[in-house]
Amino acid sequence: MNNNGLNNNRSRETALVISQEEISEGIFNLKIKFRDDYTALKNTLPGQFVSLYVSDGSMLLPRPISICEANVEDMVLRLVYRVVGSGTKAFSSLRSDDTIDVIAPLGNGYDFDKIISENNLPDDASFVAMGGGIGIPPMLGVVKKLHEMGKKAYAVLGYRSNDLFLIDDFKKYSEVIISTDDGSVGTKGTVIDALKASGVKADVILSCGPLPMLRGISSYASENNIPAYVSLEEHMACGIGACLGCVCKTVDVDEHSHVNNTRICTEGPVFRSSEVIL
Amino acid sequence: MNLSVDFAGVKMKNPVTTCSGTFGSGMEFSEFADLNMLGAVTTKGVASVPWEGNPTPRVIETTGGMLNAIGLQNPGVDVFLERDMQFLKGFDTKVIVNVCGHSEDEYLDAVEKLNVEDAISLYEINISCPNVKSGGIAFGTDPKMVEKITGAIKKVSKKPVIMKLSPNVTDIKVMAQAAESGGADAISLINTLTGMKIDINRRSFALANKTGGLSGPAIKPVALRMVYEASHAVNIPVLGMGGIQTAEDALEFLMAGATMVAVGTANFNNPKATEEVVKGIEAYMERYSVDDINDLIKIL
Ligand SMILES: Cc1cc2nc3c(=O)[nH]c(=O)nc-3n(C[C@H](O)[C@H](O)[C@H](O)COP(=O)(O)OP(=O)(O)OC[C@H]3O[C@@H](n4cnc5c(N)ncnc54)[C@H](O)[C@@H]3O)c2cc1C
Ligand SMILES: Cc1cc2nc3c(=O)[nH]c(=O)nc-3n(C[C@H](O)[C@H](O)[C@H](O)COP(=O)(O)O)c2cc1C
Ligand code: FES
Repeated sequence: MNNNGLNNNRSRETALVISQEEISEGIFNLKIKFRDDYTALKNTLPGQFVSLYVSDGSMLLPRPISICEANVEDMVLRLVYRVVGSGTKAFSSLRSDDTIDVIAPLGNGYDFDKIISENNLPDDASFVAMGGGIGIPPMLGVVKKLHEMGKKAYAVLGYRSNDLFLIDDFKKYSEVIISTDDGSVGTKGTVIDALKASGVKADVILSCGPLPMLRGISSYASENNIPAYVSLEEHMACGIGACLGCVCKTVDVDEHSHVNNTRICTEGPVFRSSEVIL
Repeated sequence: MNLSVDFAGVKMKNPVTTCSGTFGSGMEFSEFADLNMLGAVTTKGVASVPWEGNPTPRVIETTGGMLNAIGLQNPGVDVFLERDMQFLKGFDTKVIVNVCGHSEDEYLDAVEKLNVEDAISLYEINISCPNVKSGGIAFGTDPKMVEKITGAIKKVSKKPVIMKLSPNVTDIKVMAQAAESGGADAISLINTLTGMKIDINRRSFALANKTGGLSGPAIKPVALRMVYEASHAVNIPVLGMGGIQTAEDALEFLMAGATMVAVGTANFNNPKATEEVVKGIEAYMERYSVDDINDLIKIL
């Protein structure tokens, strides 16, 4: 599904907060429900994101937050975010039955049929989803989808310490491999260190996390000839492809912009690592 | 009830357009707002050749507004004519094409290439972008340059020309008059105000470009004052913008002297903002039994 910004019938919606709790220090788990006839939600893919608005009008620009899990039958999205500034702080005070304005879904996520055919992946290919820090939540939707498709999925998750948020959710859909900065659980070091230590052979890597981690994954993947996908972040204004605020440098001239820049909010946030310059 | 206005000889079905650079060429926003409801769509600045723009971060929110330093990234006029203009022809709205350049020759080159397209109603010449090193604001802050470049563009242009003025000047009236003397058919203002934000945690500039252009509700009082001053200093029509979020904001600009208004940064907060401004103006006219929008323009 290519959500190239045209005629997907999305709108700024007022969604209902179903629940919110703090699942780790400063990390919140928010579930929001859309009206039943909001058809745009039906095509949600893992890796896509939403634009959340601060409803009291005190802030202008929407905050981009990845979709952690989509339950389209119930029109519910699960979002997991870390409080870092005024916008996320405002979201953290939302309680059930509050409302929040949101545009969803946005960007291009993981289209696994396309990934399989583009890379000639065999039926028993190992999909390795790597998430670091607040890049962990979007990987849940990834392994869930792979599990539904009957694919072999591994989650390699990089935490700071032994506060392993979302780990039980991941275990439902995939084998979990852990790295921690302090060595308290799993491999001490990076997600790549943990992958190497596990002996798992990746046929394709899907990743989200801080830039140094994505750079590491990108070079590991190219050295080992493994196709890899990275989910990128940039400051956004419109979130829908109109302002050119959120670009990333590309190896080739981009089809839309006609320069070596691509829009993270529209062509991304998920890119093939070999196509972007990190 | 009449909402239509005559803007530099072009009949607009209502006085509402978009601010260049905040609406692309309407493609993306057409999913959210009905372009047919707008008097005109003003497109993102386009140059004779593609421009890469600035490094990121290019945008950051500030109190009541935002700073941007996009650096006029654009795909160049050829792609614009083939793709964006063809798309816009599918809508019942006028098209104002915003043009940028690094030098007088580049502006002229772009305008000459655009002249072939009949569906373009007007050009808006950006001589006020604070985010590019040469061209842009370098032209827009010196009245002699404003007059000269306006004259040069008027010579080659087959469409009426709007000169877009910078607010980063001591006396906006002088700039407006310089554009008028150069032969401009209209002026638009304000472009963004040069600003800065520092990220104290990273101890560095929030934008890669260090400075950026301030837009949004924070600049509205400044913009309104400048639209008032400029429109009373010249006899050509004014396209007013700067922080317009609602019909009430738009009406202030019309009363202050603008014949048309543009909605910019507000689109990022509310992708239906343009449409809602048009509907809100209509509602105001109904409420106060105003038959003709022209009876509200420049009444102060
Ligand atoms: C595609 C995408 C998906 C994301 N998914 C998640 C997620 O699932 N969970 C999560 O916790 N965070 C996620 N982020 C980061 C999140 O958007 C920022 O942490 C958030 O915008 C910060 O807003 P604030 O007002 O709290 O912080 P402030 O620092 O006060 O924000 C000021 C401005 O900068 C912008 N900004 C600040 N940091 C970032 C950033 N890292 N990326 C983009 N814009 C930023 C804000 O949107 C706002 O406009 C994602 C970012 C992107 C681009
Ligand atoms: C992201 C962004 C991009 C812009 N790009 C352009 C541009 O390409 N050409 C131009 O003349 N003005 C550009 N502007 C200025 C706007 O057209 C407008 O003059 C200014 O933002 C004030 O209006 P506002 O407060 O309603 O946004 C841009 C503004 C923003 C926020
Ligand atoms: S945020 Fe506006 S183009 Fe991506």
